[in-house]
Amino acid sequence: MGAIQHQLSDPPSEELVLVRAAKGGDDGAFNQLVKRYDRNVFRIAQHITQNREDAEDVVQDAFLKAFTNLHQFQEQSKFYTWLVRIAVNEALMKLRRRRPERTVSLDEEIQTGEDSVPREVADWSPNPEQNYNQAELREILTKTIQGLPPGFRTVFILRDVEGLSTEETADALELSIPAVKSRLLRARLQLRERLNRFFAKPNSGDNVA
Amino acid sequence: MKCAEFLKELNEYLDGALDERTRADLDDHLAWCHNCYVVCDTTKKTIQIYRDTEIYELPDELRNRLQEAIHAKCQAKKKAGPQSV
Repeated sequence: MGAIQHQLSDPPSEELVLVRAAKGGDDGAFNQLVKRYDRNVFRIAQHITQNREDAEDVVQDAFLKAFTNLHQFQEQSKFYTWLVRIAVNEALMKLRRRRPERTVSLDEEIQTGEDSVPREVADWSPNPEQNYNQAELREILTKTIQGLPPGFRTVFILRDVEGLSTEETADALELSIPAVKSRLLRARLQLRERLNRFFAKPNSGDNVA
Repeated sequence: MKCAEFLKELNEYLDGALDERTRADLDDHLAWCHNCYVVCDTTKKTIQIYRDTEIYELPDELRNRLQEAIHAKCQAKKKAGPQSV
């Protein structure tokens, strides 16, 4: 019976095999998990903290916390989603330390003074990013996304850049699914609006009343 | 369909997460509404550009240093035992 059940259930993912080995004390397996996800954790931490040193600390602290608490990981979500949740919390703590005068939270009601209704509709050239070199493009994209509130840019990064599903993003950020969806839409539209001035074709602007 | 209704469904439309009928309604709206077409197209490009551009690269040297630091910290934690958790 046990054998039949085993055959019927899905084989554990490569990630889960590594997690189970790491839980059993295999350091090499944990190192594999670090190598697999350190770039992602670094990106997420940079986006939230907007500070290189803080992001480096977050990478170290998040993996150390994951290592220390690995036995508490219940395998009900992906390890990566669990790791992202730890990293987001670490990054927010850093941000709060840097900006103690402001409450930094991902679930506060965000008033940005910009609603989701597009105000300027201008067509872009087919590959507008090609009008800039790599360094210029990076600067444009960095400055633009940094202008969004942390709660918006984090949802955008997790969903659209890191490829987490809506459910995984909600789980990682401890937000409701409607909150993730609404923030994602507003983040996407606000980024689009802000990028207009760099990417719009000349004289193609059409202000929407 | 009005533009506001289109906008409400834009996420799902871009993510390919709509049923066939709603998708057809949105396609129909896009066929005649130039503004929504442009918003949809430029939002799609926004996502694509952010996805394709590595804004915060982790250089190999820094990556190695971080990996070593993580490894050392984990080993120290392991040696210190569960009391230090």
